[in-house]
Amino acid sequence: MEMQNGWNTFEIGTILRPFEGSVTDVANTLPEDRSYSQSNSYSASVADWRIEKPIFHAEHCIDCQFCWIYCPDMSIISRDKKMVSIDYEHCKGCGICVEVCPTTPKALLMFPEQQDETQALSQWPQKEKKKAKDK
Amino acid sequence: MAETMELRDIEVWDGNMAASHALRQAQVDVVAAYPITPSTPIVENYGSFMANGYIDGEYVMAESEHGAMSCCIGAAAAGGRVATATSSQGFALMVETLYSASGMRLPILLNVVNRAIGAPLNVNGDHSDMYMGRDSGWIQIDCYNPQDVYDMNLVAFRVAEDHDVRLPAMVHQDGFMTSHTVQRVKTLSDDIAYNFVGEFNPMNDMLDLDNPVTHGVQTEEDWHYEHKARQHHALMSNVLPKIQEAFDELESLTGRKYNIVEGYNMNDAEVAIVCMGTSVETAYEVTKELREQGIKAGVVGIRIFRPFPLEQISALLKECKAIGILDRSSPNGTVGALYNEITGALFNSDTNAVVNNYIYGLGGRDLTKTSIHSIYRQLHENAQAGHLTTPLQQFIGLRGPKLSFF
Repeated sequence: MEMQNGWNTFEIGTILRPFEGSVTDVANTLPEDRSYSQSNSYSASVADWRIEKPIFHAEHCIDCQFCWIYCPDMSIISRDKKMVSIDYEHCKGCGICVEVCPTTPKALLMFPEQQDETQALSQWPQKEKKKAKDK
Repeated sequence: MAETMELRDIEVWDGNMAASHALRQAQVDVVAAYPITPSTPIVENYGSFMANGYIDGEYVMAESEHGAMSCCIGAAAAGGRVATATSSQGFALMVETLYSASGMRLPILLNVVNRAIGAPLNVNGDHSDMYMGRDSGWIQIDCYNPQDVYDMNLVAFRVAEDHDVRLPAMVHQDGFMTSHTVQRVKTLSDDIAYNFVGEFNPMNDMLDLDNPVTHGVQTEEDWHYEHKARQHHALMSNVLPKIQEAFDELESLTGRKYNIVEGYNMNDAEVAIVCMGTSVETAYEVTKELREQGIKAGVVGIRIFRPFPLEQISALLKECKAIGILDRSSPNGTVGALYNEITGALFNSDTNAVVNNYIYGLGGRDLTKTSIHSIYRQLHENAQAGHLTTPLQQFIGLRGPKLSFF
């Protein structure tokens, strides 16, 4: 690719190429296998926008995919309808995934950015016992 | 496949019908429109051609002119030949999107049927809308009659879509005076017209799924300036040669000769009027009468308003002794825009011309031959005196006491 070094060198029309070269069947190619270009937002890390981060506790997850559907930045990594992990390069820490997580306790919780993950998982809230209903 | 329409060699069309047939013959892929007087019949006729099987394409009825041009931008980015039409307030509502179209280098054709901009609300012709578009980065071609409208539409597609240009183009005609006045129009057959325009050749189209592209991206202080410079460079360097090429081919095809700047009786002219639209032909009539009286009068008609042919205009005018520049738009606080541009063009030449400015025809007020005669009389006096004998800016055809400035 030509060096972008002046007004007369770039492609006209305020365009950007999301991929390096041609692509085929990109919809059926996993993000990590796509030839994203440098100008694609996928190539940019926004991890430092975050002051809080979600941590995922697999044992509590029922794979309902709510977090995957609601995440505004496609930062929930899910494969074959199973929640796998969080894309911390693109997660901005909005907390929506935690908000929509329906389990008790939640499989996703927000922690300070500096929080150690192993420690967070070891301190995860326990499932509350059902309260006796008032009669 | 669209049906061919058999046209007579000479049809009796108004400017709107001429534009509609040019769009039909170019086989536009998408027309998105929000009709407004006096441009309404362009898209109305087009819709009827489509309903009767003469067009393969999409007609999108938008929710506003802003929406209409936005649809055109989307369709052009997707990789189609695109056109629409508007006037006046509708043009004003489109302005934001006009800058997107040119910045995104999308060759959309916009027929602008020139009309006054309110208040007071007015449906008749003046050049306020055309002037509003002059910094928007579009090519602006001006027509004086329905024949021009037909020919310039075909030229505009060809030039705008050229890969060395890739800029949108407006074709201007005067509201009602051209758009609703039927005149003889010499036609091309559907085949010949289509071949003159050429097959649409997309560039970086979004529907090329193997080579995906993001259109309309954001750049800040890092690259915005370079994009604007590149766009200005294309408008300044590539457009006029391509227009000249198209004019030459149109001439060899039809015998009709157009010029970047139109000069009538200008070879030895001592006094000249510069104007646009239907006024050009009226002024031309007057010069013929004046020449019988021994006054060397000429007319310069602006054919290409953007990119502004500064050097060609200067060359045509600099030998004149007195020049009157006619602006058909309220200058609202300064001299007329055309006056500004033409005096600017002449300033660094060796001209000794005395130049003044006439405001006329706002909201469809007639420009009569009598008014043009009186302008030439003033120019003749200025020429003999060698300096301005009247105020610099005068309103002509205005009721009440004389209004002038500077």
